[in-house]
Amino acid sequence: MNDLLGVVDWSRAQFALTAMYHWLFVPLTIGLSVIVAIMESIYVRTGDTKWKGITKFWMTLFGINFACGVATGIILEFEFGTNWSNYSWFVGDIFGAPLAIEGIVAFFMEATFIAVMFFGWNKVSRRFHLTATWLTAAGVSLSALWILVANAWMQNPVGMVFDPEQMRNVMDNFTEVAFNSVAMNKFFHAVFSGWVLAAVFVIGVSSWLLWRKSNVDAARKSLRIASWFGLAGMIMTLWTGDGSAVEVARVQPMKLAAMEGLYDGNVGQSLVAVGFVNPDKKPGDNLEAIKGEISIPYGLSILANHDPNSFVPGINDLIEGRTITADGDTVYGDSYADRIVMGKAAREALARYAEAKSSGDTAAMSRAMDDVMANFKYFGYGYLDSAEEAVPPVALTFYSFRVMVMAGGYLLLLFIALIFICYRRKAVLEKPWLHWLGIISVPVVWICSQAGWIVAEVGRQPWVIQDLMPTRAAISGITTGSVQLTFWIFAVLFTMLLAAEISIMLRYIGRASHKNIEQPE
Amino acid sequence: MSKLSDHITSVIRFYIEGFRGMTIGRSLWLLIIIKLFIMFAILKLFFFPDMLGSGYDNDEQRADAVRRALTIDNVTTN
Repeated sequence: MNDLLGVVDWSRAQFALTAMYHWLFVPLTIGLSVIVAIMESIYVRTGDTKWKGITKFWMTLFGINFACGVATGIILEFEFGTNWSNYSWFVGDIFGAPLAIEGIVAFFMEATFIAVMFFGWNKVSRRFHLTATWLTAAGVSLSALWILVANAWMQNPVGMVFDPEQMRNVMDNFTEVAFNSVAMNKFFHAVFSGWVLAAVFVIGVSSWLLWRKSNVDAARKSLRIASWFGLAGMIMTLWTGDGSAVEVARVQPMKLAAMEGLYDGNVGQSLVAVGFVNPDKKPGDNLEAIKGEISIPYGLSILANHDPNSFVPGINDLIEGRTITADGDTVYGDSYADRIVMGKAAREALARYAEAKSSGDTAAMSRAMDDVMANFKYFGYGYLDSAEEAVPPVALTFYSFRVMVMAGGYLLLLFIALIFICYRRKAVLEKPWLHWLGIISVPVVWICSQAGWIVAEVGRQPWVIQDLMPTRAAISGITTGSVQLTFWIFAVLFTMLLAAEISIMLRYIGRASHKNIEQPE
Repeated sequence: MSKLSDHITSVIRFYIEGFRGMTIGRSLWLLIIIKLFIMFAILKLFFFPDMLGSGYDNDEQRADAVRRALTIDNVTTN
């Protein structure tokens, strides 16, 4: 068992490393492609060649990021096949179909139109070029859609039936999978957060140019567009984030409880604005969960249910299956102890199915299959020894959520302030402190973006597929040593690639400070 | 037919001229090629075997292997 946990932990660490590295590039690609399209639209509309130069400058930075990020996601698929083979088989065509569509869309849309974007200046008409730029932006976002549909299914498995014969989940409703409410929120939240990230990137680079007193006019124009774009992205991110919170409360209430460090929920539940997780706190004990807490009254009830008087369950409530209805009655549903019993029954029935199959006893196979299906909704609980194992890491989920929200709040204020400055206090644009504020905001937005994914994925633990498969059941029969080796290979490789990207980007931006970027080559 | 071949030729020329005219793109393509080589020729080949793809003759055997793993093998709870 210890070796198994070693493999699971190292494989999780490796997957986290790969996914977080991949996510350094993706949101910038998503957001910057739209910013470039907006800038080119201004060029086509006004005919002002200065905008052509500005568009080409940001388009080149988009290209550098795209080239450095391309194929980094493929490694995740390698890991599915090697480290997570039980999971890969179990999810069946639920994962295969969206990823295949993503591959086709990515290849044909991005590969075709990116070529026109970069090679087509002065070779195709302005409008055709602009169309290609917008289609690239659309293709980039559509690629993200299919990945996020697959990810959302892990959070909320719908549109499938489990087939004990094939040992796979078989998709029986593509629409339900594709338009899974979790997927829709997740997609728009990820795309709009990409807009925010790209906006801050443009603000950061423009601030650096302003600080160097180089290309001041182009930098101001870029800053203005990025501020509006970032504000629009942030408003949409807040809106979709609100939708995500409602979905999490509905399909992953344990994740929401972990995000809040909430053990005993209540009607009119407050939201923790500031506080520290008590590391000694365990489900069922009497210790204080959050120390130094400053709360917003009714905040969590509003966030989770859009109703200030609604009940939000805590970790202890969920374990006991307790809820309070709108009428104020306390009712009990399936406790985690019940779920564990049902999960073990499903596993045991699956084992009986295998025995019956090997002895050719079709009647016993049929009975076992009925038992599997009757208990399948809690199949994953059959791997747990206690209800406490179903609680995600509270501290990491709690703090990541607050880092995301606080960084997001700061960025919202930044966009509003920059818009105000761009129109009402133009003299402030010459102040070095503003330039440095823009530059230091760049790492903030990346931390914010990564923290969001930590909330989503660490908060999902111990499940790799919500309620159906815990992470430890998803793992392949491989050795810890082999995963450790590839983890360190990736760590070194990714560090080198990231250094190469930053170096190429900084060199390009540095060169731009010695020339007029509004003068298209 | 000749219109189609003219069209194909112009598309090919478009890409050739595009690649020839690259400046920073040359470094980026080099980076992509190195990255893809490391991924597919080293990592995939030597470190990331498809655990179920190899070692089993058909999907039925693979399903049996996963069923065994999920019921009695490394994830047993007792």
